[in-house]
Amino acid sequence: MDKLLKIIFFGLFIKPLVTIGLGLNIIGRQNLPINGPAIIAANHNSHLDTMVLMGMYPLSVIHKVRPVAAADYFLANKIVAWFSLKIIGIIPLDRSGKTKRDLLFAGCHEALDNDQILLIFPEGSRGKPEQMSRLKKGIYYLIKDRNDTQVTPVVMHGLGRSLPRGEALFVPFNCDVIIGEKITHCDSSKEFLEIMSRKYVKLLDYCITRHNEH
Amino acid sequence: MNSIPTNSLYAMLAVLGLLVVASTIRVLIEKRNPAKDYTELKQRIQSWWIMIAILFSVLIFHKSTTVIFFGFLSFLALKEFLSIVPLRQSDRNVVFWAYLAIPIQYYWVWQEWYGMFVIFIPVYMFLFLPFRMVLIGETKGFIKAAGIIHWASMLTVFCLSHIAYLIVLPEKNIAAGPLGLVLFLIFMTQFNDVCQYVWGKCLGKHKIIPKVSPNKTWEGFLGGFATVTICSGFVAPLLTPLSFQQGLLAGGLISGAGFVGDVVISSVKRDLKIKDSGSLIPGHGGILDRMDSLTFTSPLFFHFLYYLVY
Repeated sequence: MDKLLKIIFFGLFIKPLVTIGLGLNIIGRQNLPINGPAIIAANHNSHLDTMVLMGMYPLSVIHKVRPVAAADYFLANKIVAWFSLKIIGIIPLDRSGKTKRDLLFAGCHEALDNDQILLIFPEGSRGKPEQMSRLKKGIYYLIKDRNDTQVTPVVMHGLGRSLPRGEALFVPFNCDVIIGEKITHCDSSKEFLEIMSRKYVKLLDYCITRHNEH
Repeated sequence: MNSIPTNSLYAMLAVLGLLVVASTIRVLIEKRNPAKDYTELKQRIQSWWIMIAILFSVLIFHKSTTVIFFGFLSFLALKEFLSIVPLRQSDRNVVFWAYLAIPIQYYWVWQEWYGMFVIFIPVYMFLFLPFRMVLIGETKGFIKAAGIIHWASMLTVFCLSHIAYLIVLPEKNIAAGPLGLVLFLIFMTQFNDVCQYVWGKCLGKHKIIPKVSPNKTWEGFLGGFATVTICSGFVAPLLTPLSFQQGLLAGGLISGAGFVGDVVISSVKRDLKIKDSGSLIPGHGGILDRMDSLTFTSPLFFHFLYYLVY
């Protein structure tokens, strides 16, 4: 039932919104992991980020794509919580720091065990439009003990113009989605952050909508 | 769906025939040269099939669908243009109004209100957009943003809407109908792109504007110009109310303007240091990469025709 709702919602609303309302310049589509377990680590500027990433997936696998999202934000209100959990299928994550690390990732591990694909925004929050915030190390601790899961870095650009934080007016713009090759090996959280930052900078170079920016 | 006027029907069949020829040639050269990678050529021809299938099914359906369709193309082109050029965060509210101008402009077309159609964007939007910008009040970068947004609207909405106006013009060539005008303009423009490319590939030596487009040569331009002018002379009496001589002039106009439109959009991309304006059409790039020549040929052909015949 939830799966059907999700397919209807994405097929009728999100896919048309993403392809016509926005318009994606997808570079590196062959790198997008279609089969789980896998993790997509993307930059975060807008609520549309999740919709764009999920909108790239065929409807037949859309129920396997699970965004990891802040519990304090998405579970705060009953309607939003129902929508986030039932329709989008988020995995809530406690950002307060009160939960222990092994318990914190329980939901993520369960999803990965079921061959699902996690969407994680390692910046932790949307930040300023079109600017990268400092990356957080959560993903490293999540995959450290799993040798079945690899991380695919994705950079999106231009969405902060269509629907920036705190704005209600949606304005159509094309945006870039650049999918990098997955990160195969890394030994420490510090190294992981370095690799990720380097990959993000490299992927940003492929953007079409990013030139002459002030 | 009305019955399709005979000449327009034959024109469409001829285009499909050309596509079959192109696909066959592609398969043959691929067989002769199996080591070389022809993916891009294959994608290009495949995209041509899809674009022409969409265009023809819209054109034969109804006048209103044609108008809506070109309005939608204007939207895609404007969106693509405004996504690649530098704009300030505060300009998004102004851009919203530039989008709203599209349904209004195409409504004038549908209504056949010629007077409003020719001045709405050059006058009313031209004055309204900076006014909206003043209300936001961000003065740093004001001149540049005002220029960019209006220029984009002119190219992608005003210019392209002339194709749609052709379809609502009164019928003067019964054997082709207004459909013939649209087919003539689009075919000659795209044919010119192909001819200039092919002549340039075969004979190209002397660069015409090396700073903007190093692949464009005098041989390509003149070869395409001659081919399209002569073809237009013969095709125009069949598809349009123009005579043989007028058709020659129309062909020359389309060829020259098509070249200019192409290099203008090339200059925009060069300025932004990008190769394609988008990735909507596999093998071709973005929608602007395909419609660059049309932005210039549409208004010029329209007004040439309007002056002579209407």
